[in-house]
Formats: sequence, C-alpha cells, structure tokens
Amino acid sequence: MAETHRPPEQFTLRLRRYDPESGDAPYWDEHTIELEPHRSVLEGILQAKAKFDGSIGIRCSCRAAICGSCGVRINGEPGLACHTHLDHARAYAKDGVIEVEPMGNMPVIKDMIVDMDAVHWKKVKRVTPWLLNEGPQPEREHIVPRESMVDITQTMACIQCGACVSDCLAMEVDPGFIGPAALAKAYRFVGDPRDEEQRERLIDLSQDPLGIYDCTHCFKCVQACPKDVNPMGQIMRLRRIAGSDQKIVDQNNGHRHEETITTLIKGYGLLHEAEMLPRSYGGNSWFGKFHPAAGKELLSSLPVVLRALVKRKVNPKIAMFGHKIPRQDLNAVKKIYEKVESRPTRYELNLYVTGYDEDVEEPVASVVAGNAQSVPQSTEGSTN
Amino acid sequence: MKVAYWPGCVSRGFTPELHGSMAKVAPLLDIELVELDRANCCGCGVIAEHNQELADTLNARTFALAQQVQGAELMMNICSTCQGAQSECQERLDANAQYRAHVNETLAGEGLSYEKGLTNKNFLWLLVEEIGLDKLRSMVKRPLTNLKVGPFYGCYIVRPRNRLGIDSENQRDQYLERLIDALGGTVIEYAGMRKCCGFPIITMNKEASLKQAGMHLGDALDADADCLVTPCPLCHLNLDMQQPLAEKVVGRELQMPVLHLPQLVGLALGLEPKELGMSRHVVKPTSVIDWSSAVVGAAA
Repeated sequence: MAETHRPPEQFTLRLRRYDPESGDAPYWDEHTIELEPHRSVLEGILQAKAKFDGSIGIRCSCRAAICGSCGVRINGEPGLACHTHLDHARAYAKDGVIEVEPMGNMPVIKDMIVDMDAVHWKKVKRVTPWLLNEGPQPEREHIVPRESMVDITQTMACIQCGACVSDCLAMEVDPGFIGPAALAKAYRFVGDPRDEEQRERLIDLSQDPLGIYDCTHCFKCVQACPKDVNPMGQIMRLRRIAGSDQKIVDQNNGHRHEETITTLIKGYGLLHEAEMLPRSYGGNSWFGKFHPAAGKELLSSLPVVLRALVKRKVNPKIAMFGHKIPRQDLNAVKKIYEKVESRPTRYELNLYVTGYDEDVEEPVASVVAGNAQSVPQSTEGSTN
Repeated sequence: MKVAYWPGCVSRGFTPELHGSMAKVAPLLDIELVELDRANCCGCGVIAEHNQELADTLNARTFALAQQVQGAELMMNICSTCQGAQSECQERLDANAQYRAHVNETLAGEGLSYEKGLTNKNFLWLLVEEIGLDKLRSMVKRPLTNLKVGPFYGCYIVRPRNRLGIDSENQRDQYLERLIDALGGTVIEYAGMRKCCGFPIITMNKEASLKQAGMHLGDALDADADCLVTPCPLCHLNLDMQQPLAEKVVGRELQMPVLHLPQLVGLALGLEPKELGMSRHVVKPTSVIDWSSAVVGAAA
C-alpha cells in the first residue's frame, strides 16, 4: 500500500527527568525535535538524546512493540513509546506539548526508566509462572485440545511491558496486590490443561488477601494494555473458576460476596443492599448476620448505618425487607437462573477469540474458559 | 423525549434521593420517563464474575423490556455501574448472532427477545448528546456561579473506551467538566476524578477501599472544591455514606459533599436543595446549600 509522504515537522517533548542518586527533585525538561509525524515518540526521545542531551534515560530495544521495554506514560496515559505516533500523541496533548513520564507504581531508576524487578517481575514470580506437572512424561508430545490453547493465547500475548501495573488503582493504595500482569499470567497456567495444580493455584490466589479478590474492577489495566490481554477479564475468569466451578471459599469474603449478590438478585430481582454486608462476612443466608465475623463488621459499621437511617438516606422498610420486582417478573428471573445454572458446564463467550460478526465471514462458535464450554453450533434462528 | 428509564437498584434503595431528584428534573428537561419497573438488577459486574451467561441473559431481559416501550427513543440509566455492566453484556450480545439467539431462547419462556442495537445512555450522555449543552445553558435559571465542582465519574462509565463509545468525536470522559461549565459552575480538576472510589472491594479489603475514597476526597479538598458530582450511586455510597470512616483511614477531616448528577442539574434549573433530597446525604452539603441561599439573596 502506497503511503503518502508527509514531510518532517517539529514536535516539542516535555520529559520528566529524575535522578534519585543526585538528590535533586524531579523536573520537566523540554526539547523540540523534527521528524515525520508518523514516527514514534520513542524516536523523538532518541533524537533529543542524540542531539541535545545524552543523559536522558529511556529503556528500549526492538522498537516494534514486541519487547515491552519502552513502557512509559504519554500525556498521562500508559503506552509503549515505540508504538505511539508523534502526531497522535500531540493531538492528545493538553497544550500541544507531548508529555512523557515514567510508569507509575514502580520506583524510578532514572528519568523514564523504572525498576521492573522490584515490582513487576517480583509479582510475576509470585504466581509460579511455569507449568506444574510432576506426572510421568508422555512418550511423545502432550496433545492439548485446540480450544484450550486458543483460550489462553490472549494471556500469552502479554509482552511484560508493565503498562497495566503502572496504572493499577488497587496497587496505588495497596502496593502488595499481586496485580493485573501477574494474575493474567496465572490464568495462562490455570487455563492450561497440562498443568496439574489448577486447584492449588486457585486456592492460593483466592486465600491471599492480595490475590484475585483484591482487584477493584476499575478497568485501568484493560485500557492500559497495548496487546489487548484484558488482565481484569482474566482475573474475573480466575474468580469464576475458583468460585463457581471449584467452590473455593476464601477468607477475604470474595466468594461469599459474589454468591451473596447472585442469590439476592435471584430472591428479589434487585439488590438488597442491607443484606449484602452481613452475608458477605457471615455466610450467604439470612442468618449470616449472626455469625461472629458479620457481628464484628456490623458493629463497626453501626455508626454509618444509624447515620444513614437518621438522615432518611435509607428507608427503614427497604433496609429491613429489601425491594422486589413484581412476583411474575421475579418468577421469570428465577427461571432464567434455573435454566442457566442447570447447564452441565458454563457457557462463556470470549470476543478476543470469536471476534465480532461483522469481522468474520461466518459466525464462529465461541470458546471456553476453565470448565466452560463453547456455545452450541446449532441454535435456533438468529434474531439478526 | 420519551425514554425507557432504568433507575437501577441503589437509586431506589440506599440513595433514594437520586431516583427522587431524577423524577423532579426530568419534566423540566422535557424528558418523559417510562420506568422499567419489571426489570432486574444488572448484576453490577459481580454476577458476570459468577456466570457470564447469567449476567448476559438477565441484562438481555432488561434490554428486551426496554425495546417494548412504545415510542421510547432509547434506554436511559442513572448509574455508571449499570452503564458499564450493561454495556459489557450488550457488547457480547451484539457481537455474535449465534450467542444472541442462544440467550433469547432462555428469554422466550417469558415471550421476550432482545434485538441487536439497543441505545442505552447514562443521563450524562443523554444531556450532552440528546439535549445538547447549548439548549441546557438556555434553560439554566440559577447559574452555578462561583460554585466549585469536582467531577467524579466512576470507573464503569469511562473504561474501557472502545466498549463505551468514547473517542475523539464522543469525548464522553470529559462530559462532566463540560456540563458543570454549561451550568455556570467552576470545574475543579483533581487527581482522582476518573479513578476508583473503592466500593467494589469494601467487603474484601475495607482499608484499601476507604483509602481510595479518602484519597480522592482529600485531593478534591486540596484543589479547593466545594462539592463533588457523580453519575454513580455506588461511588456515592463510598464517597458520602462511608466518608466518616474514610476520614479515619486517611487521618484527616474531609467534609466533602457529594452530589448526584440530577441534583446538580436540578439546582441549576432552579430547584431547591431540599426538594432534591440533599438533606438526606450523610455529609450535609452545607457549602452548596449556603451557596444556593446566597444566590437567592443576591437575586432578591
């Protein structure tokens, strides 16, 4: 495809400079470079380094968005410097100046270079990122069903750039959180049928207060990932397999919380907020509130609840009995639950694998996560 | 305009002032709300982490009910979390005809069927895209002059951008700022405006959850905001109802009022703080009430 030639233009870069060893505070440093607009922010930084200041620190290698070395923040958003066009970056810059900073949640070594070992790699190692299979080795290769491998390709697309770690909002307040990159890596092994310790891995990641239930569901990592790995989506798949399939009850109230909301909506059609807390702590039934763990939590929340009642923020009747949808509709909701939950295996549609109807010639059957199964090939007439 | 209106659960449970203020504001904007009172909870992302098909089917039911509302131009919600959770399910339902048929088979028992392509907009999007800020500006009776308002979006309404239709044409992640400006207020930008309020982990990691809420409230305070405004009732629970506990966790006094989006709009359209349910907040919006009486005083 012939590309229209665009002449070089001037771009101003505002780089965040910092050398912890110098004892000086971080500062902004501006350089104007000249390059064709389709060239990358990385090339711009390298030009500034070559022409104006050799001490600018930036890590890079492949320059083709595959090695994951040049993760930075551009105009506040995470990304690969080599994979962001200069004109695109300028269009999103507040004042026309392209701002480049080091990634967040990791200590800065120098300028745009962060300490990946201290945070990212440490967390990846935490999830035992290799196959656990002590059994007798087969004489020839392992034969793995195609769907199972396709299912984990999304997590295998990770280039370990750290963009998701950089933006993780749970880690911002709770630095110990295992985090999106490492948990996506964990799914790569949980979803691999050759791994023999799926359940042990899931128990470990559920019971750890910094594990799968410490994710705040903020979608930051989904947005940050330059490779569409969907780390939060993988964490939710880990939760589904741990909770729904393996019935692992963790000490962090994660599974109970999920069961509570699912059960309350089956019973009321709507969320019964007042029941949420006692059940999540004490056990998923009306009696949950009498469990010692729930009692302690309720007692500590009592001032909040009382204040809300006094302010008429919460209607006492709704607090006691919840709110329901009409009986006929509630029955319909219950029937949906019964039908879906009585399936021998869960259905799960992964758009990363199936794509969108308009993108493919024929609608392809979807795939699969954990114990889930593809959508049946023969469904009745399409509504479309 | 007539809309199929999905108020969500929390706006009728723990934040009744949200549903109430929406009902007050709608007629002033010429919006006819046809409430989807038969519809069920969206599952707030949690049912999807239990069973994705269940979440998709429950929301397909809501969408199908919305599509049955005669003369409705679209479906409208007043909750960032409903918007995000429903958009996620809709993305899967719209992407794959086979899957949609599979889900509709479950709904068939009730005589319902979801057809691809529903428009589901949060009140914020509807204000900007359907009513338009110019028109809204002309309807303002009490401009929010000198009221310093910090936006708080809620994660589900700003990420992921593709799914939510956020691009250079539809800058939905900047609508709150534009709206505050159109209503005559002063926009206060601060670090946490598009971050997580912490609500999703309140039962799993209370300290981290309250730290998130406290940090953002503190940032807004440092940026000199009089109040925050949010389109998300779940954010409101963590930012307002839990604020006294968040204060303890971050070790500072906050006293930052948090308004629901329809309350802020209502205020500018001339409604009184009390009729908008502001007395029901845990953190009394004193600064906002004082401001509104000062404005009335100045006008008189």
